Amino acid sequence: MAEKRHVQFTVNGDKADVYCAPRESLLEALRDHLYLTGTKEGCNNGNCGACTVQLNDRIVDSCLVLAVECEGDEVLTVEGLADENGLHPVQQAFLEHAALQCGVCTPGFLVASKALLDANPTPTEHELRYFLAGNLCRCTGYDKIVRAVMAAAQTMQENE
Amino acid sequence: MAADKKYRVVGTRPIRHDGVDKVTGEARYGADIHLPGMLHGKALRSPHAHARVLKIDTSKAEAHPDVKAVITGVDLPQVADKVQDLGEMVVNLKDESNRVLATGKVLYEGHPVAALAAADPHTAEEALKLIEVEYEPLPPVLDVRKAIEPDAPLLNPNQGAADGKPSNLARHFRHERGNIERGFAEADEVIEREFITSMIHQGYIELQNGTAHITPDGRLTIWCSSQGAFSIRDQVANICSIPLSMIKVVPMEIGGGFGGKTGVYLEPLAALLAKKSRKPVKMTMTRAEVLTATGPTSGSYIKCKMGAKKDGTLTAAHVELFYEAGAFPGSPVGAASGTCLAPFKLDNVRIDGYDIVVNKPRTGAYRAPGATNAAFATEGVVSELAHQIGMDPILFRQKNAVQQGDRRADGPLFSKIGHIETLDATAESPHWNEPLEPSSDPAKKRGRGVASGFWFNGAGAATASISVFADGTVSLIEGSADIGGHRASCAMIAAEVLGLNAEDVKPQVGDTDSIGYTSVTGGSSATHKTGWATHEAALKVKAEVVNRAAKMLEVDPDEIEYHEDATITAASKPDAKLTFAQVAARANSTGGPIVGEAGLSTGGAGNAFGTTIVDVEVDIETGKVDILRCTMVQDVGKAIHPSYVEGQMQGGAVQGIGWALSEEYVYSDEGRLLNASLLDYRMPTMLDAPLIETIMVEVANPAHPYGVRGVGEVPIVPPVAAIAEAIYNATGVRMYEAPMNPAYVLSRIQGKA
Repeated sequence: MAEKRHVQFTVNGDKADVYCAPRESLLEALRDHLYLTGTKEGCNNGNCGACTVQLNDRIVDSCLVLAVECEGDEVLTVEGLADENGLHPVQQAFLEHAALQCGVCTPGFLVASKALLDANPTPTEHELRYFLAGNLCRCTGYDKIVRAVMAAAQTMQENE
Repeated sequence: MAADKKYRVVGTRPIRHDGVDKVTGEARYGADIHLPGMLHGKALRSPHAHARVLKIDTSKAEAHPDVKAVITGVDLPQVADKVQDLGEMVVNLKDESNRVLATGKVLYEGHPVAALAAADPHTAEEALKLIEVEYEPLPPVLDVRKAIEPDAPLLNPNQGAADGKPSNLARHFRHERGNIERGFAEADEVIEREFITSMIHQGYIELQNGTAHITPDGRLTIWCSSQGAFSIRDQVANICSIPLSMIKVVPMEIGGGFGGKTGVYLEPLAALLAKKSRKPVKMTMTRAEVLTATGPTSGSYIKCKMGAKKDGTLTAAHVELFYEAGAFPGSPVGAASGTCLAPFKLDNVRIDGYDIVVNKPRTGAYRAPGATNAAFATEGVVSELAHQIGMDPILFRQKNAVQQGDRRADGPLFSKIGHIETLDATAESPHWNEPLEPSSDPAKKRGRGVASGFWFNGAGAATASISVFADGTVSLIEGSADIGGHRASCAMIAAEVLGLNAEDVKPQVGDTDSIGYTSVTGGSSATHKTGWATHEAALKVKAEVVNRAAKMLEVDPDEIEYHEDATITAASKPDAKLTFAQVAARANSTGGPIVGEAGLSTGGAGNAFGTTIVDVEVDIETGKVDILRCTMVQDVGKAIHPSYVEGQMQGGAVQGIGWALSEEYVYSDEGRLLNASLLDYRMPTMLDAPLIETIMVEVANPAHPYGVRGVGEVPIVPPVAAIAEAIYNATGVRMYEAPMNPAYVLSRIQGKA
């Protein structure tokens, strides 16, 4: 195997040092090197969205990004959504609207939903579904997720 | 009836107790385990669907410095030819052992032939290439009809048919009542059709995983994501010949199962590798491994003939069910036979079931196993009959609907059921009574369909243990893997009994050493049985709190009144009043910690019926079908936490939409799965489903303290048939195959199929 490399980036505002093989993905760096296991693996080829994280200003499937490419980057994962004031409105809405069952797709949905609402604070149902279509959920039938994200949008508008 | 009773907590919608952990990334699933010194295991899998294994040479892999253990089939102990009940299916242990790690022959693409453990997952994967396997490829058989032809390649030459000749037909059975010939003669309309459905997968998002560690004294600990820790323990004990008392299974959160996480895949391999390497070993499947090599549900070929009089009375039915078992016997054809005609009152009936092995992965349970395929056929023929005699499809079903005291087609008598109530609610629903507007685009045709479904529901063994904290809250440990939110329902039941708030109960799922035996979360049984055990445990706590309160108030326990708000009074001391919290605070000085525990085996699961209404839009130029609107109506017994009951109905509906329109296993002639990724195996995305309307009908199950009947499985049964009928009503063309993907729908519209 190729020689390991040292990579330095920021995760949820904290400096992170990872010593990993060039072939290792950002998902592996987060889960296996930094033990940030909130980000989930569902397919490892960009089809399910469970590993969605925010990389600088866009969301990515972290299984499709090499960790060595992330030098100097800023990564936001599900572990970084809540702050000193408590849960992010999207997290709170998922709880209140019962928008999760097994919870394994939830971290990806939350990061993607936050990105959606940051970019488009008042999405229509179709815009919301289009934006989140890259995240698969097998438990909920999506109904309560759609309602939760719409409710979070409203809460965030009211908090403005 | 229990469902009419007013409750304080039951029937409300508190935030689920594991919710915060699941929205913050704190919740720990099987793959989140990291142990000191942990190795990573990988399985070497057969590239052939059917082959003889002539030789396995592991020497090069064993010589690799980073490879710490290698195993093949010879490392598995010889196990007896005996059956084990997995909750939703019964399996043969010898087959299970062979399925986990092949010996002699490989029977499907992805069948494991060896496994190894190395320092990291990438090294393990690369080292697999160092294992040399010599195969003699054999012709595969992939289709149930071809598999039972006289000259078909045989998967197991020792598997005998009735006439003593070896056959891929593992089992044929027949349920028969009345006289179908006479019944068909009485009918004014008789319709006979054939239906084909593809093998499909549960599609849980969390990959299969298992981590094992063995201490030098032989104690094995397994961390995994399963639908039942005790069942995993027992399977590993049997397959690996380890006493069950030497195994502890720690249930991690489970990322979806739908029946697909009841059998072991990786756990025995990880255990053997851990034993050999003397280090913890973690194994996680890739998505391709999950799709090729873990039990999907059967594809099927079904013949269905039914007759009805002009007034809508069904007179006879004959259903022949040919189900793919996969590589080893055990398809859900038995369940299919019990469900397929269950909604209908019928005096003349014959059901033939055929369990047939083919060179595909051994099927596993998938949400109401076997029932959806069969309902596609029976409900489809019923829809045609209703149309033929010119009767409203709901009225036709109401006219023939079973109720308490009727005999199910395959034998048993129905106890209290709510089929008629769900049909009535369907007929009265806003969806059914609002017209479906046509599209302005002439290429888009719209139609509405309706269909019903049945699922038995299961009961079983369960344990719950409640301990009282000094601050007046309680902990609840229970044994059921929590797959859809029943942990919250059990906490709500404890709170209901004790007069607490749902938030005052801290529920958790215990490991196999810390809580009594609990059967798998399958058959929609968890809230029924574990909720019941929780109820019993809470009653014991309540009784003990009464004793302690009597001591504190210096009165006889018979005088104590325990109020709904958890305050406690005594008749002879009207001025004295205690709270649950005050009694809890004094527990250690009034007799010791207050604990209530209950283990029981429940019966009386209470059957489930559901009906789906669906509107579709068919693009007649491309054959693409869009779901415009979908309503799920279901007898839910009593909804303990209505949000998660709705969640089951909505989730089942969308899995049904996937089954109907896009999901299928596509095999090459050689038996290789051509779509082993979530890009090519098409599960519904958010854009493929509308909001799902739910109508919960509560016909309490009289056998249960809260009227609970299972709710998880029946929602997947009617949607495929309902969508087929909606497509017919849109296009005038009947559908006989699932998935009804654009190619199939277009070919039917163009009259080619």
